[in-house]
This record gives sequence, structure tokens and C-alpha cells, in this order.
Amino acid sequence: MLARHALPDPEALAAAVAARDRAALARSLNLLDDKRPQARRAASRFLATLPGERLNTAGHLIGITGPPGAGKSSLTSALIEVWRRRQLAVGILAVDPSSPLSGGALLGDRLRMLAHDQGGSNVFIRSLACRGEFGGLSAEVWPMSLAMLAAFDIVLIETVGVGQKEIDISKMSDTTCFVAQPASGDSIQFLKAGIMEVPHILVVNKEDMGAAARKTLTELRTTLKKQIDPDGWQVPALSVSATTGSGIEKLADVIDSHRRWLTEHQLLATRRKRFQGEWILKRLREEFGRFGIEQLGGEPLLFESLTQRQGSPFDLYDSLRDQFLANWKRTT
Amino acid sequence: MEKTKRDKPWLMRTYSGYASARVSNELYRTNLAKGQTGLSVAFDLPTQTGYDSDHPLARGEVGKVGVPIGNIGDMETLFEQIPLGKMNTSMTINATAAWLLSLYVAVAERQGFTPVQLEGTTQNDIIKEYLSRGTYIYPPGPSIRLITDIICYTVKNIPKWNPTNICSYHLQEAGATPVQELAYALSTAITVLDAVKESGQVNPEDFEQVVGRISFFVNAGIRFVEECCKMRAFVELWDKITRERYGVQDEKMRRFRYGVQVNSLGLTESQPENNVQRIVLEMLAVSLSKNARARAVQLPAWNEALGLPRPWDQQWALRMQQVLAFETDLLEYGDIFDGSMVIQAKVDALIKGAEEEMARVQENGGMIPAIETGYVKRQLVTSHTERMRAIERGDLQIVGLNCYKETAPSPLVSEGESSIMKVDPNAEREQIERLNAFKAQRNQAEVNAALANLAAVAKTGENIMPASIRCAHAGVTTGEWSQVLRDVFGEYRPPTGIDISLQEESPSAIVKLVRERVRSTGEELGRPLRILVGKPGLDGHSNGAEQIAVKARDVGFEIVYEGIRLTPQQIAKAALEEGVHLIGLSVLSGSHLELADEIFKELGKAGLADIPVIVGGIIPVEDERVLLSQGVAAVYTPKNIDMNTIMLDLVDIIRQSNGLQPFEQKAA
Ligand code: B12
Ligand SMILES: Nc1nc2c(ncn2[C@@H]2O[C@H](COP(=O)(O)OP(=O)(O)O)[C@@H](O)[C@H]2O)c(=O)[nH]1
Ligand SMILES: [Mg+2]
Repeated sequence: MLARHALPDPEALAAAVAARDRAALARSLNLLDDKRPQARRAASRFLATLPGERLNTAGHLIGITGPPGAGKSSLTSALIEVWRRRQLAVGILAVDPSSPLSGGALLGDRLRMLAHDQGGSNVFIRSLACRGEFGGLSAEVWPMSLAMLAAFDIVLIETVGVGQKEIDISKMSDTTCFVAQPASGDSIQFLKAGIMEVPHILVVNKEDMGAAARKTLTELRTTLKKQIDPDGWQVPALSVSATTGSGIEKLADVIDSHRRWLTEHQLLATRRKRFQGEWILKRLREEFGRFGIEQLGGEPLLFESLTQRQGSPFDLYDSLRDQFLANWKRTT
Repeated sequence: MEKTKRDKPWLMRTYSGYASARVSNELYRTNLAKGQTGLSVAFDLPTQTGYDSDHPLARGEVGKVGVPIGNIGDMETLFEQIPLGKMNTSMTINATAAWLLSLYVAVAERQGFTPVQLEGTTQNDIIKEYLSRGTYIYPPGPSIRLITDIICYTVKNIPKWNPTNICSYHLQEAGATPVQELAYALSTAITVLDAVKESGQVNPEDFEQVVGRISFFVNAGIRFVEECCKMRAFVELWDKITRERYGVQDEKMRRFRYGVQVNSLGLTESQPENNVQRIVLEMLAVSLSKNARARAVQLPAWNEALGLPRPWDQQWALRMQQVLAFETDLLEYGDIFDGSMVIQAKVDALIKGAEEEMARVQENGGMIPAIETGYVKRQLVTSHTERMRAIERGDLQIVGLNCYKETAPSPLVSEGESSIMKVDPNAEREQIERLNAFKAQRNQAEVNAALANLAAVAKTGENIMPASIRCAHAGVTTGEWSQVLRDVFGEYRPPTGIDISLQEESPSAIVKLVRERVRSTGEELGRPLRILVGKPGLDGHSNGAEQIAVKARDVGFEIVYEGIRLTPQQIAKAALEEGVHLIGLSVLSGSHLELADEIFKELGKAGLADIPVIVGGIIPVEDERVLLSQGVAAVYTPKNIDMNTIMLDLVDIIRQSNGLQPFEQKAA
């Protein structure tokens, strides 16, 4: 009984996670979810103990987003199948919507992701409820993705996909895939209008639906001609079918080629170093609004300093939070 | 007294089968001697889901809820001294229907009959398996193909066979309203007939014959006037569809032919004797209208919610039918509702509602896409949730369950013991021994050739039946036949439908209290409370798990639910990865002891021995004691209808297992 509510030893836990111990990983995800002060302290130490070199240079953190029903979970399932054949260890974080009324949530992606699972799969899936967060993620996603990155070759995050514009995931993953629903022009409109940030890879799923899928792909390709991401990566668009499996191998290859491109251009580590700043900024923005950010020195400055600073993201966040609250008390 | 001319009564059946082919054969012969006029075979879950008795997934399920039929040897024993050429046999079989029909044909041939002489029914409606009954195996496409092949084969070779019984019965058991029952059953019938047409296996001029062979399996609930109207609506709608969509000229071929099992969902564990009234009233719904009367009726027993019926319980159910048919004057009249404006108005309203819902199914692309996207399943879960909420509020009164609860001790159920059928615990071991003996004496070369032929046929569009009958004669087993098709067709898991949107009227005080406790306990434990609702084994009864999951989300839990038919390993894996605070198992198939035991073992291996486990479902009192002594934290059965109380319990169980003081002080 005791073992269950006693907090785990953070250093031992980090070592076990790095050694791919699944039970330890599960426990570490529980710890990263735990909001009690003593748990936060343990979680900070846990994150600080994870192999930093690995977190900066190894593995592949993939984000998958797109409108609900586009087939993100089904596609993930099909990709898992390919990665398993390639003998890669895979971890998944799947974010589902929470009920605004009760806070309750149905963690339903898991079912679809195991569709291709005939019992033999070793893929590790943790579901998360978005718990009122905007942008299709939840606050726990990024810290949890670090623990998973320490244990697996591939870590995939599926977002809620509440609206097509929300693409927060691109700020917290190496490679972002946007899954479009055939015959729904919305995403194309958003792209054209520049409201939607450009993902790294555009996927039209449900190729088996025929004409509608082909039409959407053509439209996307025309729109994309002008789209190059800020780093200079030319965004590819391809069509696949999660149901029939067509195009999935190709998609896995394209995803992998973006990872290679990032390393070749020495962009991977820089990219990952930004995640921490983005994550803390998002927390502060959600808690204190733009006003709070201004109070703390403004976004560019704050972001700059966050990327430079060492230490646990929880500690950094907590100290900025305290700083704001202290300022605020003084002024009121 | 002068003898009045009476109509011929319907076929009277009892749905039965258990333990072994030998034991079931004896039961059938006794039942026939008691005046039963047809057979209705219940198969065990391994047979229905295509596994041999020695398969790991079959553990604990062999011979439990039906008879295990693994090969032609078992089938011969099942019908020993029952001449199949003179019998009318209904088989509740779906994903493996083509196989069981092949065994039936092969046995008839060995008894000296030809297929042309055979009469009976294969349920063979795999569509509703995805929505309610749960014994699907293959994806929708191949399932439709199997249904089609059986229809095309029987129309040519077994002309008196009912190749498919399109089922609305199971939809009502999963919560469907009368309108939904009408709409989804008829949409399924359309999907099937369209597929037969498209397959090109039947000449256009013979298509009327196909339409004429389609029969239905319908439910009748306690609102018996409305149910009576529903049957009349079915008759009118089917006549219209077959005329307008398929151009059937012959009036006889357009007739809505149906069999019935009356509602069981409303039968209670509390004061179970009241179920007798319910069953009798429900039987009226399908017999009163001469123009919409059932062709065959089977009734559940008074102890339906307690467990499996014993022969005496089933005899009582059969006698209800006999009293209605032979003592009352029902069969002496023409249609007693013709010309009633009240009845016709209700029929018209049902027809209108059904046509609107059928149109929505078409908007979703037809029945198959509407299943794949989860549309239909969500509609059913929504209806069932509304039913549960109405019971909770007391708007839907169920005597003895949520009102008039006081009762004198019942002489039918003795204290601390369940009045149900207990299957011999040796049945599984003995069945495996018979399987091994059977395999040892068969000609392996012939088996291999028949299986290779089956695989080849499955890959082409050729009819599956001849290859399957060859397998039957060769001594192929149920597991082998199904595995060949699993390899060719793949497997499928349909949507669970629990992702429904819940409308919030103003929550009741009790709901507010539950939410507050869930929230504050989550805060005390550092993170929101998470529950895994698991359905281990081959059990397909999903209602309870779905309703618990929907309710738990509604009061603020984060829920992991992966649908039916999971292995203990899969459940333990999900519990670990998802970091849940509690595991709730739902088992209605009777294999709770074996499954709970295996799950405890798996949890131990995963280092999760301290997560509390609770079990819900059909759990006899004596088994409840065993489960609690093995460490199960709580057991819930159908009498625990108050979901809010269950939720409050769950919070306290989580609190206790985490060293927090429970909110309620339970009397020891
Ligand atoms: C509805 C029903 C069906 C429906 C199921 C639809 C569906 N998708 O669920 C249909 C018609 C498909 C069906 C089919 C069969 N059925 Co049936 N069915 C029933 C019936 C009538 C009601 C069950 C039900 O849904 N109740 C409503 C729900 C809400 O209640 P519940 O599940 O009991 O849940 C409550 C509690 O038990 C508890 N609970 C349950 N689970 C959990 C989990 C958690 C975490 C918690 C906290 C609580 C909890 O809380 C719930 C709220 O009160 C029962 C008899 C009865 N009246 O109980 C027979 C019954 C369960 N069926 C039975 C049988 C044998 C079958 C078949 C196997 C027959 C056959 N041989 O083919 C088939 C095949 C099904 C399969 N694939 O496994 C037997 C089982 C016998 C046994 N255990 O020994 C029963 C008992 C009938 C009988 N007496 O013969 N069935
Ligand atoms: N026809 C077709 N349907 C698909 C495909 N992929 C997913 N679906 C269906 O689309 C629906 C939504 O899929 P899901 O993976 O849950 O989408 P998500 O909400 O984006 O995660 C389901 O009904 C799937 O069966 C595909 O490639 N082809
Ligand atoms: Mg999804």
C-alpha cells in the first residue's frame, strides 16, 4: 500500500526510464502529472536527471494534428505498424478533449491506435485529457514527451484537433504532420490566408475515398508551392489511406527525411531548446494573459532568457510566477 | 361444444444449449417431448467467435452460455436421433454462420437427407454484431460478403431455409427506441439485399425469391401497445420497400416474416417473479395482431437477470406460450385492430420517424459507413443513457427496482444461493479432450487440402459455402476454418459509441456532490482521477461498461475504455500505461472467476497489485463472496441500478487504497 503514495526516488526513476523500464516510465508520467508541491519538486529533479544529451540530439518527436475525424489516430495506428517492422521503439501521447462541464474525459484514441494490434505490439500509449487548455495540447504533454524521448526511438503526440488553426504542437515537436480531411476546404483556406502556421508535412488521409481526396491533394499542392517553412524546408504534401495502408510506408519515410534534414542543417538541438521557452511562455500566457507577459519583460526578452537558462522547467516557471505575483502585490 | 376454426399457432422454441453436444442433445429431445415445435440452438462464445476450445481466449468460456461445436463430430452428437430432414432448427450464429450451416448440411447428408429437405434459420446478421451483440470477427466488407454467400447458396440449394434473420432484437437490448429498431433493421436489410444484387450470384428473375427468404428477428418491450404498433409498422414499411426499391410483384414475397424473443433488458434481478408478468405482456405485442403476428416465439425465463435458466425455468416460459395459444381465444379471430384509428395513428407516427432516421443513415453513406464512423452506435448509446437517466430520476418506473421495493422473502430464490443453472466445471476440460481425440483420427492430408481450397476461394469472389461444406466433411475445426478467413480478411473492432455529447440540464444535488468529490479527491491525490473500464474475455455485453463509462465521465473521471473482448494482458498493459487509479471489470458471460484470477496475475506481474479492482455484471451471490475474498474491492450486479451511488463508492474505494479517509462511513 505504502509504495503507492510514497513518491518515487527521482534519480533512480530517471535511470530506469533511460533503461526503457516500462513500469518506471509509467510511474514517471504519473509523477509529471502530479500537482502536489512535493511531487513537483521530485518531478523537477527527475527531469533534471534525464540524460540531457539524449534529449537534445536523439530520438524523433513527431506531432500529428488536424481536424477531428480526419484519421489522426487511425494513421498513427498504421504508422506504428510500419515502425514496428522497422524495429523502432515507439511511445505515444494522445490528447483527448475534456468536458467543460465536469472535467471528465473519454480517452478514446487508444482504441483506434490498437486497431492494427494483434496482441504483439509493444507500443506504449499514454492518453491525456486537454483539461481546458487551448491549442489542442495539455500542459503535461511537453514534460511527458521528455520522459518518453529518454526511453523510445520515436515519440508521437496526437493533438485534440479541435480547430484547424491551432497548431501549438509545431512549437513542441521536431516534425509536425497536419492531417487533412478530403473535401474539407477549411485547412486550405486557413493556409492560404496565412492564419494557420505551416506544418512540416501535409497529409491527405482517406485516399481510398477517391476523387475527393485527389482534389484536396491537388489544391494543397498548389497552395504549398509558395510555402516554405521559416527554416527553409520545402513542405511536401502526400495522400495516404490509414484503412488500406496505401502510402503509409512513404509517409514514414517522409517523416524520417524531415528528421534527417533537421540534423543535416544542425537544427534539431536548436529547435528542441526552444520547446522549454515556448512551454513556459504558454503557461504564463494562459495564467496571466498578455498583461502578465509584459510585466515580466515582454515576450521576446523573456523567451530569449528562457532559452539560455538552465534548470528544470517547473522551477523556472514557478520562479517567474512568483516574480509576477510579487510585482502584482506591490502595485495593488 | 362446436369446435371453432383456429389459426395455426406460431413455432414455439426455447433458446438453449450448454456444456456439451451430448448434454444439449438430451435437453433438446426432452424439450421436443414437452411440445416444443422447433429447436433454437445457443452456441458458446468460442464457437461464435471462431476459436477452438483449447484456444487461450476460450479459457473459462467453453460450454458456458451455449453448446461448444468444434467440428462435425460435435454436430452429429448434437442432433443424434433428431432427423434433420423433419426438424425446423434456428441457429443463433453470425460471424461463423457459414461454417455452422456447413456442419449442419454435412450432418444432414450423413443422416441420409439432402439439403433441399432442410428447414430452419441461421441468424447471419453480422451488421448488428458491430452495434450490439459483439460476436463479429472480420471487417464489414468481408462480413457482408459472407452474409451474401449464405443467402445465394441457400436460395439455390436449401430453398426452405431462412438464410438471414435481420435483427432488431439486439438493438432494443442495447437501448434502441422503437423508431431506431425499425430504421436500423430495415437499413440493414437494404444493405444486404443491395449486396446480393451487386454480387451477381442471383439471376435478376430469381431476385424475388431472395427477397421472400429474408426474415427478421424482432424484440417486444413492455410498452406493449406501442410494440404492437411497431410490428404493424414493420409490415407496412417492408411491403413498401420491397415494392418500391426492389420491384417485387408477388405480394407473398413482400410479407414481413419475423420471429421474436421478447425484451430481456427490462427483466430485473430484484423481485424476479415480476418478470413473468412482463414476459406475458410482451408476448401479447407480437401475437395480438393477426396481420403482424410472429412466426416463431421464444421467451426468456423469470430468472433472466440472475443467470442461465434451468430446464424447469425454460419449461415455465414455454408453458406461457402454450396457455396463450391453446387456452385463450386469440387464434379464433381475424385482425382485431384493423380499422382502429388510435392504432393506425401510432403506426403512422412510427413509420414517419423510421423513414426520417433511415434517410439520416443514407446521408451518412448507408448502414456500413454509419457503423464505421460510429454514428449508429452513438445513437444507441444515447438512447440507452436516456433510459438509465429516466430510471435514475424515477420517470421510468420499474416495479420492484426503483419503486415498490418492499418485498416478503421469495420462495423462488433461497437466501444466499442463486436459483440458476450451473454448468459442470469439467465441461471445458472434457471438450478439449474430445477435440484432441477427434483431431487424432482425422485424415490430415484431406484437412489441409480443404483448408487450402477455402483460402483460395476466400481470396476470389466465389461462394464460400461449397468450400466450407468440404471442410466440414474433411474434419476441419471451428478454429481452423475461422483462422483461414482471419488471415485472408483481417479482423475489426468497431467504434464504442461512448463519445456521445451529454446535454446538461441543471445537475441534481447528488450529481453535484459526486462531481465535487471526484474533483477534490483528484486534487488531494495530485492529478485527476482515472478509471479503466475493462471487458475481458469473449463477452460481448457492452451496455453496462458503456453506461458506467459515460456516467463516470459525466461526473468528472478520466475514462479509458477500449471496447469488448480484451485479454487480461491487454487490460493490465493499459492500466499500467494510462496510470489509472482503479480498474472496473464488467463480465456478464459467467466467466468472472477465471478472468478475475488471470487479471490479478497479470497486474501482479506488471507491479500493479495495489490498484483496486472492482467487478460488475451477472455475478451470483456465492461467486461474489469468492471474488471479495480474492481481493476484489466491490461487486455490482443489475440490482445496483443507482449509478450515483456506484460513483460515490468508486471515489471512496480510490481514497481508501491511497490512504485517504473515505467520505462515507460504511457499516461493516
Ligand atoms: C442486454 C442483454 C444482451 C444484449 C447485449 C447488448 C449489449 N451490447 O450489451 C444481447 C441481446 C446482444 C445479448 C446477447 C447475449 N446474451 Co445477454 N443479456 C442481456 C441482459 C438482458 C441485460 C444485460 C444488460 O445490458 N443490462 C443493462 C446494463 C446497464 O446492466 P449491467 O450490465 O448488469 O450493469 C449494471 C451492473 O451489473 C453494474 N455493472 C456492470 N458492469 C460494471 C462495471 C463497472 C466498472 C461497474 C462499476 C459496475 C458494473 O452496474 C450496471 C448498472 O446497474 C442480461 C440479463 C439481465 N436482465 O441482466 C442477459 C444475459 C447477460 N445474457 C446472457 C447470454 C447467455 C447472452 C448470449 C451469450 C447468448 C448466446 N449464447 O449467444 C448472447 C451473446 C452475447 C455476447 N457476445 O457475449 C446471459 C448470461 C448468462 C450467465 N452469465 O451465466 C444473461 C444473464 C441472460 C440469461 N439469464 O441467460 N444479451
Ligand atoms: N475511408 C477511410 N476512413 C478512415 C481512414 N482513416 C480513418 N478513417 C475513419 O475516420 C474516422 C475517424 O478516425 P480517427 O482516427 O478516430 O480520427 P481522428 O479524430 O483524427 O483521430 C473513423 O471512422 C475511421 O474509421 C481512411 O484512410 N479511409
Ligand atoms: Mg483521435
